Amino acid sequence: RTFNLSFRYANNAIKTSKYNIFTFLPLNLFEQFKRLANAYFLFLLILELIPQISSLSWITTGFALIVVLSITGVKDAIDDINRHKCDRQVNNRKVDVLMDGQLKNEKWMNVQVGDIVKLGNNEFVTVTSERNSPLNLVYVDTAELDGETNLKVKQALTVTGELGDNIEALAAFNGEVRCEPPNNRLDKFKGTLTVNGERYALDNDKVLLRGCTLRNTEWCFGLVIFGGPDSKLIQNSGKSMFKRTSIDHLTNILVLCIFGFLASMCSILTIGNAIWERNEGSVFTMFLPREPGIDAPLASFLIFWSYVIVLNALIPSSLYVSVEFIRLGNSFFIDWDRKMYYPKNDTPAQARTTTLNEELGQIKYIFSDKTGTLTQNIMTFNKCSINGKAYGDLYDFSGQRRTERVDFSWNNLADPKYNFHDHSLVEMVRSGNPETQEFFRLLSLCHTVMPEEKKEGELSYQAQSPDEGALVTAARNFGFVFRSRTPETITVVEMGRQVIYELLAILDFNNMRKRMSVIVRSPEGKLTLYCKGADTVIFERLHPSCNKLMEVTTDHLNVSDGLRTLVLAYKDLNENYMIDWKQRHHEASVAMEGREEKLDELYEEIEKDMMLLGATAVEDKLQDGVPQTIEQLAKADIKIWVLTGDKQETAENIGYSCNMLREEMKDVFNQMMIVFCQSEAVTAYEFFPHPQGARPPLWEPLHYGVLTDDLTPIPSSLHHQAFALEKNLRLELLRTACMCQTVICCRVTPLQKAQVVQLVKKYKQAVTLAIGDGANDVSMIKAAHIGVGISGQEGMQAVLSSDYSFAQFRYLQRLLLVHGRWSYIRMCKFLGYFFYKNFTFTLVQFWYAFFCGFSAQTVYDEWFITFYNMVYTALPVLGMCLFDQDVNDRWSLQHPELYAPGQKNQYFNKKAFVSYLIHGCYCSLIIFFIPWASMNDAVRNDGKDIVSHPSFAFLLQTCLLAVVHTQLCVDTYYWTAVNHFFVLLSTIGYFAISVTMYSNGMFYVFTSSFPLIGAARNTLNQPIVWLTIFLTFLLCILPVVAIRFIFIQLRPTINDKVRYKMRTEELPGPAPRHLLRRRSTRSGYAFSHSQGYGDLVTSRKFLMKRSTKRAPLFTQTDSSIFQNQPQHYRTIAEEAEESQSHKL
Amino acid sequence: MVKQESESANRPDNTAFTQQRLPAWQPILSAGIVIPGFVLIGLAFIGIGVALLVTSRSIQVLELDYTGDGNGSPCSSCSQSTTVNCKCSLNFTLDTLFQGPVFFYYGLSNYFQNYRRYGASKDDNQLYGDLSYFTSPSSSCSPYDYDGSKNPIVPCGSIANSMFNDTFTLTRTVSGKTDSVPLDGKGIAWWTDYNVKYRNPSVTPLKNAFNGTVKPIDWAKPAYELDTSDASNNGFVNQDFLVWMRRAALPNFRKLYRRIDASGDYQNGLPAGNYTIDITYNYPVRVFNGAKKVVFSNVSWMGGKNEFLGIAYLVIGSLCVVMSVVMLIVYAKFKFPDEE
Repeated sequence: RTFNLSFRYANNAIKTSKYNIFTFLPLNLFEQFKRLANAYFLFLLILELIPQISSLSWITTGFALIVVLSITGVKDAIDDINRHKCDRQVNNRKVDVLMDGQLKNEKWMNVQVGDIVKLGNNEFVTVTSERNSPLNLVYVDTAELDGETNLKVKQALTVTGELGDNIEALAAFNGEVRCEPPNNRLDKFKGTLTVNGERYALDNDKVLLRGCTLRNTEWCFGLVIFGGPDSKLIQNSGKSMFKRTSIDHLTNILVLCIFGFLASMCSILTIGNAIWERNEGSVFTMFLPREPGIDAPLASFLIFWSYVIVLNALIPSSLYVSVEFIRLGNSFFIDWDRKMYYPKNDTPAQARTTTLNEELGQIKYIFSDKTGTLTQNIMTFNKCSINGKAYGDLYDFSGQRRTERVDFSWNNLADPKYNFHDHSLVEMVRSGNPETQEFFRLLSLCHTVMPEEKKEGELSYQAQSPDEGALVTAARNFGFVFRSRTPETITVVEMGRQVIYELLAILDFNNMRKRMSVIVRSPEGKLTLYCKGADTVIFERLHPSCNKLMEVTTDHLNVSDGLRTLVLAYKDLNENYMIDWKQRHHEASVAMEGREEKLDELYEEIEKDMMLLGATAVEDKLQDGVPQTIEQLAKADIKIWVLTGDKQETAENIGYSCNMLREEMKDVFNQMMIVFCQSEAVTAYEFFPHPQGARPPLWEPLHYGVLTDDLTPIPSSLHHQAFALEKNLRLELLRTACMCQTVICCRVTPLQKAQVVQLVKKYKQAVTLAIGDGANDVSMIKAAHIGVGISGQEGMQAVLSSDYSFAQFRYLQRLLLVHGRWSYIRMCKFLGYFFYKNFTFTLVQFWYAFFCGFSAQTVYDEWFITFYNMVYTALPVLGMCLFDQDVNDRWSLQHPELYAPGQKNQYFNKKAFVSYLIHGCYCSLIIFFIPWASMNDAVRNDGKDIVSHPSFAFLLQTCLLAVVHTQLCVDTYYWTAVNHFFVLLSTIGYFAISVTMYSNGMFYVFTSSFPLIGAARNTLNQPIVWLTIFLTFLLCILPVVAIRFIFIQLRPTINDKVRYKMRTEELPGPAPRHLLRRRSTRSGYAFSHSQGYGDLVTSRKFLMKRSTKRAPLFTQTDSSIFQNQPQHYRTIAEEAEESQSHKL
Repeated sequence: MVKQESESANRPDNTAFTQQRLPAWQPILSAGIVIPGFVLIGLAFIGIGVALLVTSRSIQVLELDYTGDGNGSPCSSCSQSTTVNCKCSLNFTLDTLFQGPVFFYYGLSNYFQNYRRYGASKDDNQLYGDLSYFTSPSSSCSPYDYDGSKNPIVPCGSIANSMFNDTFTLTRTVSGKTDSVPLDGKGIAWWTDYNVKYRNPSVTPLKNAFNGTVKPIDWAKPAYELDTSDASNNGFVNQDFLVWMRRAALPNFRKLYRRIDASGDYQNGLPAGNYTIDITYNYPVRVFNGAKKVVFSNVSWMGGKNEFLGIAYLVIGSLCVVMSVVMLIVYAKFKFPDEE
């Protein structure tokens, strides 16, 4: 340990925080000034410090800047404190470390490279480490790393494995590891271990990565190779791309426009100043001499900068802070929403990114994963057809749903969570019907499930795919309990009687075979082949005597309501034939050439003339409310594309079951569906009605077959190709796809998912949202404008890279139609109002310039300028933008069409911006010229003059605030107590602050800072002042009200209509949840095996890996059957199986 | 799912605030509010407008320009010479009583008291009577902070330096007999200026406080000798000085010069008769195309004469009524359908 310490390897402490106490201030300030807005204000501050230019005291900008910086600073500090806490929590986790010959409990952060650690079952692996364990085998689950929840086998070197759990031996262990430098490749590792002069290779199968979880393994010892920041998990937690919303982009452009506007205003005023100086200033010098050393041109040049200072409020300093604040508030509302909280696994919705809220109100395209997103990824055995009799229909003849569950209490090994509603099947089984029993026996034998029995009777199954699990669980409940397996035997409890079958061979599933079989010998010595597979495949291989049964079963399959079906068959084998077959099988499996073909031939030979048993139907359960959600979203004019790795049938099927595809779509013009797939067999389906209606078959496979790279023209006006993503047909594809109401893409690899998203993003200029739950959706989630993760079963990877996460697909409609829409409206209102109020504020100064000799004299009091954005108007607008709702959530859901304006970006765009500019211009004209006209030569009612600069300024300020506050009131749709309070507070606050600032006391204390003493008192007691204020503000507000009213009458928007309706009608009940009975009669011919990793299958890389991992479960070391296994089961499987058998 | 009240750590609170169900008032621009609202506002405006206009019409104002631009005007000779204390006089006749109380203003136009550098050119601390600022005036007063021989100027700055220095006396000729009209110069500045903002140093005699300082360059007399007749009206609290220092917001302005003292014959204002204003003409305005005038005015509850406000109220009131009619027509004709 001391030796290893000397190398200063990174220790295991991780640090994600950015600052510590001492570096916080300088680093954070540096970060903040990198932002353009802050830098701009710093520049202004510097300008203000130059006396020749300064038209305002530096306090005005300084105050704003300090407030902005400190708010952002506090936020950063809180974030960083949280990160520190997180780090500390991780760093302080405990692990057993072997030190000085004994195990000590150590904190994670104290673990050093070279330490030997002991890990237990279900513990997180601390570090990248190389290790040994009982039987040299470790099962891990890498959900945290790549989202895969299936078990993976890792294996230790024999040399270290021999050490076992002998502490002394381990303590005395002395070796040297040489390996590659730290990197982020999860699937590669290279290194060597040298023990006693002998070198052993270390590869990826011999290391455990940080973030894995140990499963099914009692203990394991490991040598720490990389710690903390060097470990692959940390190396992999790359910086996610920073997403910005389109409103952000627009705002930035507008800010640039405003810069231009500001510059041109300043130029106009500079020219004005030059003219004034020539005509007036030059002759006015006897009262106001020029400053020494500054001639007229230089003075004008300085005036330019002075006006930059005076008019700087055009670019509102508090804009960015307020925007962040509003987004944060709206994110909290998402986090707090109980209607997006899923009680079953205690998961609230989570806004992981707080900067994208308003984009949620503008979604045009949704890209959805299927498995785990639309579906629950839970399979339930739902129906079956045994020997020509169908069971399990949920509806009896009168159409009533059967509700009472079948009582499985007679079977003490039954899974209590299992539901089945057809009693006749249970009766059949219990009465000992041989076909039925054989049916379930097959289900309990022919599979690759691993059982786990922690306590007597508490079985749990580890299945490759949920389908298999469902089938085995069904068999278990019907009295054929698969209890345990060894490489050579399968133990089944058949109706309470334990039977041990000898497992002779597994004819495994693959994509081409679409079936799997097992050959077993029963205790009575009977040899049987059990086979299950796709109906098309099995039906071809049945014994002719089954023809009749086959027809009946086919009928049953055709009404399977979109369930995933499998056909079961068996065959009794002859002992002699079996011996012969095994011999040939052995030969084939050791053959050097054409091994796979030979094996396939053998399988083909034995899997024929089978006897049909029946069929099963497994329901791929949709999540709750998926069809309704999709319907709602479709009404909101959001296009939903389903991107799935599944096969076409499955995808299509899901399309029907979640209401995306409907039978009637075939008849309607311009509704079509494209399913494009990519694998060896590429299918391009088009569902495209001919414009003239000349071609009757609408639902027609236009192109089906194996595609090569050359483009085969499709016999229609459209040319589109499955390889479109790579080829130059992208646009064609996109065009076609966008004409469709529904698009389902199947057989899509994760990379292609991202490509599809990017394609739409790039060419449609639409806001996209990707929703998914698994690691394979990560690329698409990252590519889309907004990524949503379903915090479901498939690990955390999707959630971690997502912007929003929640537990159920159906919450998407609330996220978009309610929160998204509100956020968008609020943000638009905010920006509009904010620009308006600053234009009004600033342009008044512009007009005043024409009356003060273009001297950069501010029309307002300096304190007012300082407080305007930060104090007087800050709260009401925040109040409006945090609480405003045009209509409440129920109405929003009731009228999904309310969503459309957001998609079209109607509330805040360049046009709207110009209208705000004009509005601001108008108001500023009124605010300046009405008081100007009424105050010209005015005197107080005691004869004293009133038009002094401070009182004029005070009058304008009061008018301005009255106008902008009233405008806010007109804009606010939803007046909560908070809004009332904020508006009142700001108004009263303004008068209170003004009176205070103009009071004697302030003047006594800070003579030079508050020279405007008395302005408020001497102004507010004049009726003429009040009359002017009243006139000004009504003149600003009334036209707005009138125009809005007339527009509502003439061209009501959808919002107006709904608001009007809301006024006149009662609150609607919760949206009706009509249960849609699926109308489809299409059935999906799904195979249990392809499910769950169908997307992985498409990319060959995964498939390969997968096979090696699957292998150990069925391979045997010393039985002859091992020889029968396909060659790609590698030899490492030997030890794997060894451990397995011991464990069992 | 709301029914399930299990202990769930992550369950969001069910409050009106977090669920965005705060009770709220949701006004909409319905015809029932907008149209009557416009009518009411319109009528109210017309009412106010009429009242304002009537009041404004009842106010008498008399303006006399004495810049001396034209050759015929009485002060043209003074305006062309640079003589100090050049005298000229203006005559006017009142046919009826000028209802009191009457205020006597002087007015300047095209005079930029609101120019930034001009406005900043003063030292509030000095004017507050802080002696330390007597010897070292603020640099904001530049170039009127020190004179040529580096003596500090008190009061410093452009505003003080450019103080209005024409003086007026008003006489009435009744049947050949001239009678000087009593003018009251007390309390013509803001109370806050006189009592709070400006202060003489507490040194007696006041003159001593000004030791080592010089008077503003363009002043004839130092600050402590502004009013020889009233010792308390000197220094920074001189009323004329205060009025001048309250700088105007707009380039055309008038400032209160005196009140007609309501005593004797002038109890009710200026009686009918022939009047003469004797002007001591010092202030040069022709160089910058400015104009000077004297104004007599009385006031009402709403201050001085102000036609604009009354007319504006009337116009806008009428527009509101018109608008409400337009809106009524639109509403009746296009009233948006309840069903979409």
